[in-house]
Amino acid sequence: MRSGFLASLAFALATQPGAASPHPPQQQGERIASSWTTTTISGEGQSRGYVEYQKYCSACHGEGVGRPGTIALQAKYKDALPALLDKRTDLTPQLIKMYVRNGITVMPNFRKTEISDPELDRIVAYLTRNNRP
Amino acid sequence: MRVPPGVTPKDFSDAIEQWQEALGHEWVFTSDEDVDLYRDSYSPFWHEDIEPVPSSAVAPADVEQVVAAVKIANTYKIPLWTISTGKNLGYGGSAPLLGGSVVLDLKRMDRILEVNDKNHYALVEPGVSYFDLYRYIQDQGLKVWIDVPDPGWGSLIGNALDRGGGYTPLRDHFDAHCGMEVVLADGEIVRTGMGALPGSHTWQQYRYGFGPYVDGMFSQGNFGVVTKMGFWLLPEPEGFKSGTVAVRRHDDLVPLVETLNYLMNSNLVQGTTTIGSPLLASGAVRSATGGGAALVATPGGPSVEELEEIGRDQNLPYWNCQMNFYGPPKVVEAEWECAKEKYSKISGATFVEGPTYQLPYDPKDVDKLPKRQFGIPSLTIFGLMGRSEGHMWFSPIIPMTGEAVFEAQRVFGQAYHDMGVPAINQIFVFPSSFFPRSFVILCGFPIYHDVEKNRRSREVFRGLVKAAAEHGWGEYRTHTAFMDTVSDVYSFNNHALRHFHETIKDAVDPNGILSPGRCGVWPKGLRKAHA
Repeated sequence: MRSGFLASLAFALATQPGAASPHPPQQQGERIASSWTTTTISGEGQSRGYVEYQKYCSACHGEGVGRPGTIALQAKYKDALPALLDKRTDLTPQLIKMYVRNGITVMPNFRKTEISDPELDRIVAYLTRNNRP
Repeated sequence: MRVPPGVTPKDFSDAIEQWQEALGHEWVFTSDEDVDLYRDSYSPFWHEDIEPVPSSAVAPADVEQVVAAVKIANTYKIPLWTISTGKNLGYGGSAPLLGGSVVLDLKRMDRILEVNDKNHYALVEPGVSYFDLYRYIQDQGLKVWIDVPDPGWGSLIGNALDRGGGYTPLRDHFDAHCGMEVVLADGEIVRTGMGALPGSHTWQQYRYGFGPYVDGMFSQGNFGVVTKMGFWLLPEPEGFKSGTVAVRRHDDLVPLVETLNYLMNSNLVQGTTTIGSPLLASGAVRSATGGGAALVATPGGPSVEELEEIGRDQNLPYWNCQMNFYGPPKVVEAEWECAKEKYSKISGATFVEGPTYQLPYDPKDVDKLPKRQFGIPSLTIFGLMGRSEGHMWFSPIIPMTGEAVFEAQRVFGQAYHDMGVPAINQIFVFPSSFFPRSFVILCGFPIYHDVEKNRRSREVFRGLVKAAAEHGWGEYRTHTAFMDTVSDVYSFNNHALRHFHETIKDAVDPNGILSPGRCGVWPKGLRKAHA
């Protein structure tokens, strides 16, 4: 079973202490956070969930040319719902996790070595930040 | 908990405990919920019992943990299936070929160990993606370009080991590598090329070292676990230009490709070129042939003369070819002029000149650039796949001649016809020069959560492999589901090459623990069952 749309994103972010990261510390020099984006995002003043959403999801679901997740959701919802996931207010934690861990159509699932459970929790918190209680 | 084939539950349980001790409990995945994440997202076996599903997964953080994990597997004779980032979608993804194998997931090994923009190389671990290396280079302001395949989230090492291709002058990814570190089945660490010389300063500069050159054994192979790999990078070009030549008649493809060969093999045109057909891709022809199989000659379909007439009426060239040039602006302009001069010998050839880019580019402009040709990773390709649950690739290598393209049209058109299916389920059909001196035709087969559709696709896929082999063409790479099928057609002298691979396999991995069955190479204990 799979669902959702291509996730991904990223940039070079120093690993922050705390929750488990799938990735070990860099042996030498600055740690390179593994992720899927071409741009460096400062994350200053932003939540870690925002930063991790940018790292792991925005290459498909972000703004700009050639983002297949955004294109697909635009085609699916027309103007009934925002094509950008981080503009949505109706996504539930269960739904987001289901898509990330199961995939949908050509969006594959993501393993815990790619996006850890704590990282996914923070992405969920970011994407549901504007949901009505 | 699933148990690998040929392993007792007690032994497997002991191995799990030892992996947990060596790697940490968190990085040994045994629950169905976690292990299911290693299934092939684009499996052609969805909802069938024969889908190869792993028993568990282990994720080492460094080479020492790889050694520990492999030694434990070797002790208990447990089959491992190695993945780098696990994004080899269309070719098996993160799933093993042999159901019950333990996935050795190297994604956590994502260190960029060195990037040198004076000698133009990088040294990376398997978990490093194209996005990672690109961003590192941008952040550090280094004057080098990488080469990317279409999806940028894959591993440099994984893609090169599967002999993937890209678009710039360094598009043959295995050919662009220089030096490896490999963990063998007994846990021994080997460095190839100049890496075998302690204190060497040229591991990523001179490929061969001394003695037999063994790197090729680890590409599309199962003789070791590659834990580091060097890659040559392109010095940041001063300029880039593209241009397109178009010809009007069907038979003009022969001199078109012959000229392209001269230009590419003389290094006057660099990077991947693709033969296109404005005529065959047009709505007029697609409606006449009943589908999108632009390059396949459908038996009973329009004749060449009829197609040429449509071309004349609609002012559509039969063939075209976009070429790329990398270098100082003066040089790329001169190369374009040279290409035009050569192609002008084809009567009626026309040209469309692309822009000349002055480099370096401003990173803010990446969305305006031809990303693939500039080595900029993206996931744009997934927007071009149509509505499906995935895809897999049939990708034969054919000679780089116009005559071979005509023959491929005829052969594959007839094969589809004979199998009773319309040749419209192909995503890409045009021949490309992803590798020097040959064409590869990429045909994408959609995957669905529909057992019958997938079964039929697998039959057609096997039929195309057979049809190709009967004409001397073989796949450059394939999905795990077809590795035995493809291996079977590389059969010169009673499968002498496979026997040689098996002899090596038995010698370096006598317990057959490393990626059993990869590219048709089975360990002796499983060989009979898969013969």
